[in-house]
Amino acid sequence: MALDENGKRIFKQVGTRPARPDGIDKVTGRAMYGADATAPGMLFGHILRSPHAHARIKSIDTSAAEALSGVKAVITSKDFGTPEDESVRDVQDNCMAGDKVLYDGHAVAAVAANSLAIAKKAVKLIKVDYEILPHVTDVDAAMQAGAPLVQEGRGLDDLPAGMSENVTYHFEFGHGDMDAGFAKADKIIERSFKTAATHQGYIEPHACLASMGIDGKGELWCCTQGHYYVRELCAGIMGMETSQLRVTASEIGGGFGGKTTVFIEPVALGLSRKAGRPVKLVMPREDVFRASGPTASSSTDVKIGMTKDGRITAAHATFRYQGGAYPSGTVQFGAQSAFAAYDLDAVQTIGWSAMTNRPKEAAYRAPGAPMAIYAVESVVDELCQELDLDPLDVRLKNSAHKGTKSSYGPTFDDIGLEATLEAAKAHPHYAAPLGPNQGRGLSCGFWFNFGGNTSVSMNLNFDGTVGITEGNPDIGGSRASISLMAAEELGIPYEKVRTIVADTNSLGHNDVTDGSRVTFAVGLATIKAAREAIKIMCARVAKIWDIDADAVYWEDGFAKPSGPNAGSFDPMSIEEIAAISAETGGPISGHHEVNADGAGVSFGVHLVDVEVDPETGATTILRYTVFQDAGKAVHPDYVEGQMQGGAVQGIGWALNEEYIYGDDGRLQNPSLLDYRIPVASDLPDIDTVILEIPNPGHPYGVRGVGETGIVPPLAAVSNAVSRSIGLRMSALPMSPPRVLKALTAKG
Amino acid sequence: MKNIHVSTTINGDPTEFICAPDESLLDVLRNRLALTGAKEGCGTGDCGACSVTVDGRLVCSCLVLGAEADGVEVETIEGMADGDKLHPLQQHFIDKAALQCGVCTPGILVAAKALLEKNPNPTDTEVRYWLAGNLCRCTGYDKIIKAVQSAAAEMRGE
Repeated sequence: MALDENGKRIFKQVGTRPARPDGIDKVTGRAMYGADATAPGMLFGHILRSPHAHARIKSIDTSAAEALSGVKAVITSKDFGTPEDESVRDVQDNCMAGDKVLYDGHAVAAVAANSLAIAKKAVKLIKVDYEILPHVTDVDAAMQAGAPLVQEGRGLDDLPAGMSENVTYHFEFGHGDMDAGFAKADKIIERSFKTAATHQGYIEPHACLASMGIDGKGELWCCTQGHYYVRELCAGIMGMETSQLRVTASEIGGGFGGKTTVFIEPVALGLSRKAGRPVKLVMPREDVFRASGPTASSSTDVKIGMTKDGRITAAHATFRYQGGAYPSGTVQFGAQSAFAAYDLDAVQTIGWSAMTNRPKEAAYRAPGAPMAIYAVESVVDELCQELDLDPLDVRLKNSAHKGTKSSYGPTFDDIGLEATLEAAKAHPHYAAPLGPNQGRGLSCGFWFNFGGNTSVSMNLNFDGTVGITEGNPDIGGSRASISLMAAEELGIPYEKVRTIVADTNSLGHNDVTDGSRVTFAVGLATIKAAREAIKIMCARVAKIWDIDADAVYWEDGFAKPSGPNAGSFDPMSIEEIAAISAETGGPISGHHEVNADGAGVSFGVHLVDVEVDPETGATTILRYTVFQDAGKAVHPDYVEGQMQGGAVQGIGWALNEEYIYGDDGRLQNPSLLDYRIPVASDLPDIDTVILEIPNPGHPYGVRGVGETGIVPPLAAVSNAVSRSIGLRMSALPMSPPRVLKALTAKG
Repeated sequence: MKNIHVSTTINGDPTEFICAPDESLLDVLRNRLALTGAKEGCGTGDCGACSVTVDGRLVCSCLVLGAEADGVEVETIEGMADGDKLHPLQQHFIDKAALQCGVCTPGILVAAKALLEKNPNPTDTEVRYWLAGNLCRCTGYDKIIKAVQSAAAEMRGE
């Protein structure tokens, strides 16, 4: 769907900052999240999890648990069938282990009881006989031939010599003559990097309320980024037709990609089916860390050549990601996005993915991109230092632009990278003085953005107000943005529109709230649904006026005759049209269903100043500015919020967050005390500059903004720390002990 | 062990409940009294999503036993607005877009109110350190700090 009026449209409401429709509920405690629902006769579930990183389950004895008073159901993998689809089978196995437990925290059995206390007591009575197997948690170790094999028969068909069958995916992208490119370089830097696995860290643990009837019909209430996908996964696992399972998305307490799949919902449904009662299941925080999706950890080699004046002549990178105990292709996004910011003649990226004895990876905000771009932007920064070049000038000199053949294949349309870099260069932050032990870093960031399957209904009520029904959980204010776009298109006040997120029975399939797709794709479908309703309203009015439908047009909430030839009629308001709609043909609605493309890629640039304490190795973020292209910022407050939130998650990844495994393969820090996400006192203000380079693929020019913001902080902070201490850092997180160790080694 | 009978005051209302000796105040609020505004983010006192005040003191209700509520005054998010009038903090959180997913918001509001009762004119740094026990993963805290400060200014009559 093309951009309206060549991007010159004057907006009346889009771009304003009204109060969000769910604001009152969320400041008063009334909003209903995953764990807040109850049902008559409800039981409480609890899951038994493996203490071992890798073990064969020889037997499970549930008899003592079943005998405990108040226990209504105990289930293991034997209570589930075998889904045909391999990826659904993997999700099922991840929710309830089959023959083997594949990581510390893997579910092995579950109990539903009259109270959570009884369920917890019963879980302790379940006896599991394990045969402990060798394990592997490091990606480089897992890829070596002879490594403990996480799952058999899942390796690549054409496995190179020396590689383990743990290696499940291999990707290559790029173009140009690498040898010729490197031959032209005045300086070549080759470096290896490592990043730790991090968790999305949503404050709301996974929670659901499942109710299976003896007639085979099911109801599921859960916090999720995509209840349609939840329905399909759960129906697949439960052996149900999708129509028999209705899923309602609760308010969602953060997801960041981690709530794009299921971890406990099939277990709750299985317990409910067996007990014949509704079952509430809430994941304790420890289980969230041990068994819900962290992102991949990575190991990367980068080689970049540059001329003395800062032109990149060739760029090469090899990425190795581990995605936990099941095949995971996230490294593809890393290999594709690594050099997206650059216009290159010679570029090649190679991605490998391996299984390890860690929890099954889930998406995390721009999945795969942050760690890849971290490695690339670190080497670009080091080249700038070595060649004494300004890092922003070098990025501008090599910047991708309209017409650039990207490193991953497609040729870019209108993109905002150059404008974003120019904005960073012109910003006072870039020229501000630095003190001792301080350093400034910057990095570009990129995300593809996504459109996808979307179904939206717009209903005109008899009083002229409007209901928008959409199917994507609102994760950061999207109902406000959708209402704004509907109001803009209809020419009515924002307050006259109410947008709700409906259950799976109310609309056609809506893809998951991911890929920064909602404001783009649901917005696009909302605009089209409104246009359909406008067409119907104009036709109704034409009938009343007894003129051609073409002779009526819509402006600012009114149907108007299109000119003197159409006749002289007083404009009819949306309220008047709605009030008499029963007499003109019945209720008026607009719908739009689409598999949207044209999402429009997103670029950002982050600037950060840090100070490193030479005595402790602790890094303080002194100043932070985010520059990002939003295409068109529909509700700028929530665009800024995405930019700020992404930046801070990236800061956490850069400085503190990591999954720490012991030699026993057990996760050492499954708590919010020991897995340290940024707190308010760690941070300064996060300043934002929104650029608006319209996306040609959306009527208002909107681009998704949710994910790009987490990409640049890893390298920006690392570059700042490296410049501050005069030493190139090449592993994340740069926690104080690591920085201190590097400083000590340097002497 | 037998359940314990507790007489307490919640948001100004005399309230009685029974609970198990090892049951947290958070579980009592959520599961016995239908006050689900306080959230369990961790159950270990690390995230602050369950923040309430007990006799004016800010606590994580997951670390307080229900039985300890006997004879005290508990304030939760549900008691923050005065009927149909929002507390200035609540209004400024909406106006300044200081929430995204909103699950940490009840705890942060309760904590911020406790701060402003002690210190009506805090610096940004004081707000940031006071709220360091309340994790938010969506906002990066920027708009939260600004909303607390603008609410504080309004409450000071500025």
